[in-house]
Amino acid sequence: MGLRIIVVLAVLMGVTGSPTTTVRPETTSVDTAAHPNSIPEMAEETGQNEVFSEEEAAEDVMATGELNPNHYPAQRAAKVVQHYLTTRYGSPYRLFGLHRVHSGNAEDVGDSGRKYQLEISVHEIISNTTQKCSAEVFFPHGQKQESPQVQASCEELLNISTKAQEEALYQQYKMNQTLLSAQNLPDSHGHIEPDMKLLWHLGIVASSFIMLKESSENTLYNMAQVANITQLETEKEQLKFNCHTLLHDMVSQEILHWKLLFAWSPAEGVKVLQMEQLPHCQHCEKPPNTN
Amino acid sequence: MKSWLLGLFLLTNTDLYTTHSVVEGLESMQNYDYTKYHPMDEIYRWMEDVERANPELISSAVYGYTYEGRNITLLKLGLNDTAGSEKKVIWMDCGIHAREWIAPAFCQWFVKEIVNSYKTNKKLGQMLQNLDIYVTPVINVDGYIFTWANNSTRLWRKSRSLPPPDSTCYGVDLNRNFKANWGTIGVSFDSCENTYCGKSAGSEPEAQAVMDFVGTMVNQTLCFLTIHSAGQLILLPYGHPEISAPNYNELVSVGQAAAVEMKKVHGMNYTVGTSPQILCKTYIHSLKLNFNFLQPILKSYCRLLHPHLSPSDPNSGSSRDWARLIGIPFSYTFELRDKGEFGHLLPEDHIQPACEEAYVGALSIITYVHDKAFKNGAVTTVKHFTLASGFTMTIWSTIVAVFVTTGFMV
Repeated sequence: MGLRIIVVLAVLMGVTGSPTTTVRPETTSVDTAAHPNSIPEMAEETGQNEVFSEEEAAEDVMATGELNPNHYPAQRAAKVVQHYLTTRYGSPYRLFGLHRVHSGNAEDVGDSGRKYQLEISVHEIISNTTQKCSAEVFFPHGQKQESPQVQASCEELLNISTKAQEEALYQQYKMNQTLLSAQNLPDSHGHIEPDMKLLWHLGIVASSFIMLKESSENTLYNMAQVANITQLETEKEQLKFNCHTLLHDMVSQEILHWKLLFAWSPAEGVKVLQMEQLPHCQHCEKPPNTN
Repeated sequence: MKSWLLGLFLLTNTDLYTTHSVVEGLESMQNYDYTKYHPMDEIYRWMEDVERANPELISSAVYGYTYEGRNITLLKLGLNDTAGSEKKVIWMDCGIHAREWIAPAFCQWFVKEIVNSYKTNKKLGQMLQNLDIYVTPVINVDGYIFTWANNSTRLWRKSRSLPPPDSTCYGVDLNRNFKANWGTIGVSFDSCENTYCGKSAGSEPEAQAVMDFVGTMVNQTLCFLTIHSAGQLILLPYGHPEISAPNYNELVSVGQAAAVEMKKVHGMNYTVGTSPQILCKTYIHSLKLNFNFLQPILKSYCRLLHPHLSPSDPNSGSSRDWARLIGIPFSYTFELRDKGEFGHLLPEDHIQPACEEAYVGALSIITYVHDKAFKNGAVTTVKHFTLASGFTMTIWSTIVAVFVTTGFMV
């Protein structure tokens, strides 16, 4: 009897199997419109039976094999590639956004972690160009949180040279009579003063080091805001900056505060010298009076 | 000059007070800058002006109070129905999450567009005779006001309810507080976290106000739209990975049609979020097989099929899910611009293009649900959807029915 079921199911699944069709057995009455209570009941049931415990749901959710490029496992891995490219090639005149994921594949590497292979398009924001990249992201599964490892190759990434502009900016910052300082980039209305834009870009590149380091399969980081960025005295031909940055994690919806000390020169790019996460409740409110 | 002439014209047709009021309201409306973000007191005033300026189209209602006691106000857009048949309802809310400023900006834009085009756009005028569109520009008023307080509060997300007894952290994530598989997935029970779902479903007055009000109109409601940022997504029910809506295919195709229209405006991609369901597994579980060893085999089989995951993450207790669960056939979350460059701090010069494309998307869905309900001028029931997926599905369902009723009587 059991075998027969499997065979029939196999046949029918083979005929109907497709990511977009829904297999809808009429008998389970999954929410035919006028049955508001059927869903909560089912959810409660699954809870009791522990068949669909959250760990199991999570396990299934860690997709393996060919990935749907629009769904979140591939999207999260691709975002890590964006951060990687920004740390390696980013500058005040070169910043990356994730444009699109074309295809993705994930496989377990024994117990040590999971490896993603991705074909993506990245958007270079300042020149407004898009280009394809192949990338591999490895998320280690250790006892403590480890950074992902990324390899990426993009054919024409550095085609548009920004060396001249970077050099000019570098000289300008080096010669500053007063050290630069800015807050709230962008401000509450999304606005950035034109002469602060490049400082904002530097803050983004530096923050990408943190976003890369902190990423996992359960995070999706984006810049929220550069709360404060201050230029320090130039040291050994490197411009130095202190920066308080706010990062947004789409998964937990939290805003993470980090403090960074970083250096920049056109030759070396951005190098983070110190980084420190600030406690969660930085602007903690006083507890209310309880009478 | 224009308003003076208008005033004179109206004077000959209506009484002095109403005319003056309408003129004043119209002027305010024309001077209101829809390409800037507005603090709450300006939004409240704008709602009064817009109602005063368009008495034949707009009326307002306060349908609840926030934690801190402020009005939760909606604008009802609709024209007198000449045919006399029952009016259907479209629901749109903005600003459940305080920091998503583009959402309230869009609700205001939406109202402005309707006001400016309903007299000349015949289709829109006709729809407004059959439909009432209820628009709440800001649901989470307390949170929204808090984000305007100073630079450090701009990124607040939750409501402003007082901390629970053992905590110092304010606020509940209102979009995890609705009665829709509340507290099961994608939530936190830590009041200091941004997805804190509250102490029970509907514990928050803002969420309860929506559930109470929409609950009274559920039979007439065709469509529930809830507006958020960011990510450029159109999300369908459900956030919970184990359940799926019966009209799933239709929800997807209507969502995709909206995304296509939105892209035509400024070239922006909006991804339609299929619900993160693994329907195969749900069905297997429901079979209640006596042979427990079969379940793992069948579940592995399910894993071979492409599991449905979502561009967004699993969650429970959202307003969109609640709406679908109580029977509103079309329910969508719009996640507006952008995709991470500015995130919630979307610059004001993005407001116009973002709203233009969102308007087209919303209207596309509203037009579809309207035409479906008002085919040939006659009202058709919209509550019962049959899954139209052909011959194979019928066979599948029949066989499954047979197995369930006879196959397991062991």
